[in-house]
Amino acid sequence: MREVAIIGIGQTPVDEHWDKSLRELAGEAILKALQDAQREEVDALYVGNMMSGILTQQENLGALIADWAGLRYIEAVKVEAACSSGAAAVRQALMAVSSGLIDSAIAVGVEKMTDEKGTEITAALATAADADYETAHGVTFVGLNALIMQRYMYEYGWKHADFAPFSINSHLNAMTNPNARLHEIISEKDYASAKMISYPINLLDASPIGDGAAAVLIVPKDSLKPNHKPMITIAGSAAASDTVAVHDRKDPLWLKAAEISSRKAYQQAGVTPQDIDFFELHDAFSIMAVLSLEACGFADRGQGPRLGLDGIISRSGKLPIATLGGLKARGHPVGATGVYQIVESVLQLRGEAAENQLSKAQIAMTQNIGGSGSNIITHIIKREDR
Amino acid sequence: MEIPRHWRIRQQRYALVGEVCPHCNAKLFPPRDICPQCGEDARTPYQFSGKGEIYSYTTIYEPPAGFEEYTPYTVALVKLEEGPVVTAQLTDLGEQPLEIGMPVEMVTRKIRSDSDERGMIIYGYKFRPVLSRQ
Repeated sequence: MREVAIIGIGQTPVDEHWDKSLRELAGEAILKALQDAQREEVDALYVGNMMSGILTQQENLGALIADWAGLRYIEAVKVEAACSSGAAAVRQALMAVSSGLIDSAIAVGVEKMTDEKGTEITAALATAADADYETAHGVTFVGLNALIMQRYMYEYGWKHADFAPFSINSHLNAMTNPNARLHEIISEKDYASAKMISYPINLLDASPIGDGAAAVLIVPKDSLKPNHKPMITIAGSAAASDTVAVHDRKDPLWLKAAEISSRKAYQQAGVTPQDIDFFELHDAFSIMAVLSLEACGFADRGQGPRLGLDGIISRSGKLPIATLGGLKARGHPVGATGVYQIVESVLQLRGEAAENQLSKAQIAMTQNIGGSGSNIITHIIKREDR
Repeated sequence: MEIPRHWRIRQQRYALVGEVCPHCNAKLFPPRDICPQCGEDARTPYQFSGKGEIYSYTTIYEPPAGFEEYTPYTVALVKLEEGPVVTAQLTDLGEQPLEIGMPVEMVTRKIRSDSDERGMIIYGYKFRPVLSRQ
């Protein structure tokens, strides 16, 4: 197996891009990644996307986007793993390059959501849940997270207000990210009084949808000059699955797939949770951020909210999370999200995060969660040349 | 219209029929044919009592397409007395406030209907607070 390096990144702002189609968004991110890497071609394209068939009536995205981006004739496929489609595409690219079968690959995550109306988007998102035994009963994606959060609060005694720091932190970090969907400082009072969507989850617990695309270009590390700068490598990559339905889990309050994939990634990278400088986690809902922190070994079971309350997750804290806004405020263009997390991590590792730059950024971790925890992919990315 | 899809699981929707594992006696709902406890074949039908308690609950204010006319409605994770947890709507709720641990029982109700008047009406299980027995 060959070690791999990320030599190009690209992203579009997350927004309601009424003037841009799915292929234009993906093409823009790919072009930026190619320019960033100073390349003109790659051998393969992996497209992470969840809902193009439902919301855009367009499948076959591999060929569509390769052709649009000027990469006609290369190997190209779409990868789908619900909200973790983006990281799944990155992992496919990584496995292809690492195996030696492919010498350079782009993973692009893209989602076009805002052409449709709200109830249709809600129904499309719910296709990540069990259609016969969850969705058929009218439960939404927010609803499933609300069921988990309600039980979590009951078992561990937390109040809704205890989750506020996660939303406040993400909103604050997005203020200076030009690609973020939301630029709006929020207070504890705003958090407490936001519109209820599905008790206990209100509007400020939930990430906003949006259109967007992000891309990374991956090559073998040994194809680069030894003094290549910045040398950014993927040191750990692991995926795990769990039951699609929340009700089928042994413990609905524990993200087993996050535990398994993070443990494997730590082992591959030869690190422990204490070595991680920052964590781009999947804060689609406040409760998911909490459960992710616990399953990855950053907090004890039932104690995730403590990390928010103690300021550990802020940019100046011991474990900054959502450093450019996270899903909550950068936005959650579903199938693109996992690639945004990696692009943002690379910005931090390169020292290109501008006002959001962390003082210590040597080892990054990203985690992309599909469904309500059914498919979880963890990456550990290192800067090696300093 | 997707009639076979609903017809196929009528035993589950109308009668809460799951499976019991002949090897380790685990009760399974929904049926899944392979026992998650012991990994053996588990295809023996088993009818659940329909009794259980609320494991968690929430109210849906922003529905998916197809459920607009019923909003708001309450959805729960119900822990059946035989062990499995099911996702279902709660119904027949009176003034009594809901709480985790509240005993509930299965009833058959309309879940939704197609907006087209010639479309399907989908029935299935919901759960209501256990009626007090005088």
